[in-house]
Amino acid sequence: MIEKILFYVFAAILIFAATMVITARNPVHAALFLVLAFFNSAALWIIAGAEFLGIVLVLVYVGAVMVLFLFVVMMLDINLEKLREGFARHLAIGLPIAAIIVIQMILVVTTGAVSPGEMPDPAYPIPDPAETGNTTVIGGVLYTVYVYPFELAAVILLVAIIASIMLTLRRREGVKHQDVSEQVRVRKEDRLRIIRSMGPRGRDNNEQSGR
Amino acid sequence: MIELADFLVLGAILFALGMAGIFLNRKNAIVLLMSIELILLAVNFNFIAFSTFMGDVAGQVFVFFILTVAAAEAAIGLAILVTLFRTSDSIDVADLDIMKG
Repeated sequence: MIEKILFYVFAAILIFAATMVITARNPVHAALFLVLAFFNSAALWIIAGAEFLGIVLVLVYVGAVMVLFLFVVMMLDINLEKLREGFARHLAIGLPIAAIIVIQMILVVTTGAVSPGEMPDPAYPIPDPAETGNTTVIGGVLYTVYVYPFELAAVILLVAIIASIMLTLRRREGVKHQDVSEQVRVRKEDRLRIIRSMGPRGRDNNEQSGR
Repeated sequence: MIELADFLVLGAILFALGMAGIFLNRKNAIVLLMSIELILLAVNFNFIAFSTFMGDVAGQVFVFFILTVAAAEAAIGLAILVTLFRTSDSIDVADLDIMKG
């Protein structure tokens, strides 16, 4: 019973936060409401028994992705008034479509079309939570059965790192910087020039020094 | 006791809110990316609900991969946004017509 009350409280805050994300006037407020939505989702996932993913959601999304969002929102100098043009016009189309989607999906899932009893047997069953923790169970499957997808995910992250660095990298003109390969490639003839010079009394300085 | 349908309805509402966000914020590509995050969250809700109610851990592993891909998507999306703002001084999706597509 207490579980159900908690579920409805978190779900209500989650839906409120999601609504504010899409209607907030200021993108900074939208990002902060998305943080609230992620926190409540993490709580709901923990209620559902997925503790590891709940913690990962807070660490990765709130800690990294949303900070990146906030960073970009604050870095870009956006004209807020221009962004709101056509909001009411789009509301007239967007709201009915969203309502239709919600009603259709609720009709599908609540009329008994999907129920846990009719589902096939689990391929990797979850043991009793009192004996084995959620993290242990996920780790046991992730590093054995799903080890190649796991490595592919790592490659995807590497590609994302390289792509975002290459997209935002730019060469500025007129900035003094070192070119290491040019420094290494240089030869003696490019930099050093030996000239014959005459001393004060018409004597050859180079001969005097014994050369 | 919480039922499977509760989670699925919540996922449906979140998905619809994300869809509505894409309709409403056509001028603001940042909120557009946030709406995509909401839609991905709704998908993850369904995966976790089915994982719990079927007693199968594979659904949670899949959510793990979705989180990875979504993080990569957000990073690249924001990088594109920064370059877009540098070139056209705007984040309006309607200004994205450099390629004349």
